[in-house]
Amino acid sequence: MSATVWAWLVLLLPLLGSIVIALGFKALPAKAAGIIGTAAIGLAFACGVAALVSLLGEDPEARHHASSLWDYASVAGLDIKLGIFVDPLSVFMVLVVTGVSTLIHLYSYGYMQSDEGYRRFFSYLNFFVFSMLLLVLAGNFVLLTVGWAFVGFASYALISFWYRRETATRAGMKAFVINVVGDIGLVLAAFLIFREVGSFDYGTVFERAPEVFTTNEWTITAICLLLLVGAFAKSAQLPLHTWLPDAMEGPTPVSSLIHAATMVTAGVYLIARTHTLFVLAPTAADVAAFVGLATLLVAGTIALVMTDLKRAIAYSTMSQIGYMIMGVSIGAYSAGMFHLMTHAFFKALLFMAAGSIIAAMANEQNIDRMSGFGRAMRFTSITMVCGGLALAAFPGTSGFFSKDEILAYATARGGMYEIFTVLGYFGALLTAIYTFRLIFRVLPGKPCAEAQELIDTGHVHHAHPFNPATGEEEDTDVGFPGAEHHIAEQSWPMRAAMGVLAFLAIFAGVIQIPGLDEVVTHFLDPVFADSPLAEIVPSTGADWFGLGIGSVISLAGIGIAYWLYRVNPGAPRALEERLRPLHTFLFHKWYFDEAIDLLVVRPALAVGRFANRTFERVVVDGLVNGTEGTVRGAGGVVRAVQNGFVRSYALLLIAGFAGLALYFLLSSS
Amino acid sequence: MNIEWYIVLSALLFATGVVGILIRRSPMVILLCLELMLNAGNLALVAFSRMVGNGEGQVFAVIVMVVAACEVVVGLGLIVAIFRRRLPLNVDDLRELRG
Repeated sequence: MSATVWAWLVLLLPLLGSIVIALGFKALPAKAAGIIGTAAIGLAFACGVAALVSLLGEDPEARHHASSLWDYASVAGLDIKLGIFVDPLSVFMVLVVTGVSTLIHLYSYGYMQSDEGYRRFFSYLNFFVFSMLLLVLAGNFVLLTVGWAFVGFASYALISFWYRRETATRAGMKAFVINVVGDIGLVLAAFLIFREVGSFDYGTVFERAPEVFTTNEWTITAICLLLLVGAFAKSAQLPLHTWLPDAMEGPTPVSSLIHAATMVTAGVYLIARTHTLFVLAPTAADVAAFVGLATLLVAGTIALVMTDLKRAIAYSTMSQIGYMIMGVSIGAYSAGMFHLMTHAFFKALLFMAAGSIIAAMANEQNIDRMSGFGRAMRFTSITMVCGGLALAAFPGTSGFFSKDEILAYATARGGMYEIFTVLGYFGALLTAIYTFRLIFRVLPGKPCAEAQELIDTGHVHHAHPFNPATGEEEDTDVGFPGAEHHIAEQSWPMRAAMGVLAFLAIFAGVIQIPGLDEVVTHFLDPVFADSPLAEIVPSTGADWFGLGIGSVISLAGIGIAYWLYRVNPGAPRALEERLRPLHTFLFHKWYFDEAIDLLVVRPALAVGRFANRTFERVVVDGLVNGTEGTVRGAGGVVRAVQNGFVRSYALLLIAGFAGLALYFLLSSS
Repeated sequence: MNIEWYIVLSALLFATGVVGILIRRSPMVILLCLELMLNAGNLALVAFSRMVGNGEGQVFAVIVMVVAACEVVVGLGLIVAIFRRRLPLNVDDLRELRG
């Protein structure tokens, strides 16, 4: 079978899984829902591998196929097909998405077991995977938008999964609203592209773009900036990032899959996919690169002070996506995509480990209350350290090769782009510090009450859960995990998922060693062959020099964290006191939420109130009530005639006829 | 014979019917007055028919009679129904359909 047939199967399987679980939720036993969901994604991954094999059997230049099933819309010069586009880039994304999703489904199979909403969860999760695959496989901008919006909805549904929890529903709404801002950007960009090029189809658009647009013309810059609005909203870049930390209200597998491994990297994929347009708009590409850089620094500094375990990792996600956005914007396409892949591995893993600890703490996420889990949960802590090493770019791990490749490219491009290298390395230092801050505070040390109980008895007593954010009791009827403390590492599906990811986090780097194999680069090269930026290749020597600096920085970061949080436990507190204003500033997340609240939310609410009080009450109500009053008044006049006296009706009738007769008599004479 | 006499008679009958409808309250009498008006029309039709010299007017008169018969059936049926329910047989009291 050809690659496109496999790709259609990749799309079909998660959709089927979602529908079967959703329709059969009454009939299916809970376990069956989990098995169907996991199997659907696993098979999709197998089909993805088959597509890869079929693609590798072809000539590198010919590795792109468009295929369509039927017309989606065909009117007035608009020709939109339900079409997919299969090339190395989309197959790469398909493999990352389905691969990581399979493992996370496996993890959820155990993690969500005592949740009332087990079937609902798997149905949503499969729907999410379907949407994400639609997004990466779409063959035109319309289908891309459809996938983009579906993914936003899936994210909303899963963040608000525990819908009796007010903080969760609020976080869901926030994510949805900010994502819609991005959707608008994407849709407007698609409109502009259609106006200028006359087609939505990837093939046509990218082929004709160099003829239609001149470099840095305002239209192409506008298109790219609008695409960036979409990418920033989905990928949580400044200033549209505030939804991502709040999205941690969802169940941990969701944070792991959607808000770390797959969905939030959609923006990176979008920029890589439309790189032809960004090459024509260098200004927009630079804007993207600088926003990526700003995000990676801002998020890195916030992650240094966050006390919420999952939120700290969420800020780290933003920071790593900043690297990717920066990479694909300055032209390090395959490096950016490779970082996307390794990040998916180690960040999904870190979230799983965090989820394992949080579940043992009965949804307590504050790291101040955690310690000593290294002895209590050995498997979890080993995998967490693996993930942490990869995230901190410890020499030899996957994150080590991927991150430094982006920075080496920035150096090779030279000029202004050296800034990205320097500040990127500073970001790497922050990354190492905040990652190992979490690890050193949670894993070693004197075990906290829960950890001690786990060591002593092998399980944790059941207590009624409460929402750590508001302190109110959780409503367990509708699918909150309940009083159960899950010990993640005690069930084999979770162990398997975490084990595989830990292996990948450590060893995935070997497929992309500079000067040695560079599998990802060779595979993705045909996609980016048309970009002049792809010709800039850092020399192997420069690559290794970069890797050397990277390892020094990584080790330095880990060392600083070790000194601060292990050797000298009083130091962080003292530092915090010394730098009180800075700490407050970082602790309030650079006041982004407050600023957005002040600049956007309050004015919007004020406009809403004005519209309600003035426009709605006076103008709209005036119109409506006026119409009603007029009709009522007119009716009152006419009503007097309908008095019910038959004889008066007769009189009117006769008088009318007499009048008519008289009129005709007079007018005829 | 001059046609005007017929027409005058017809007009007088019609006017009688009209006045009857307007001043009487009994549905029975109103129905009778309606018949009177219809027959005034019939008289005029027949008279004109004779004047013109063909039978079309008479055909019309016959049709009017049929319609009148139907109307009487309905009207009398209503009156009987009102009577059976012991409602007042007075059109001024039967005014529940007022607006």
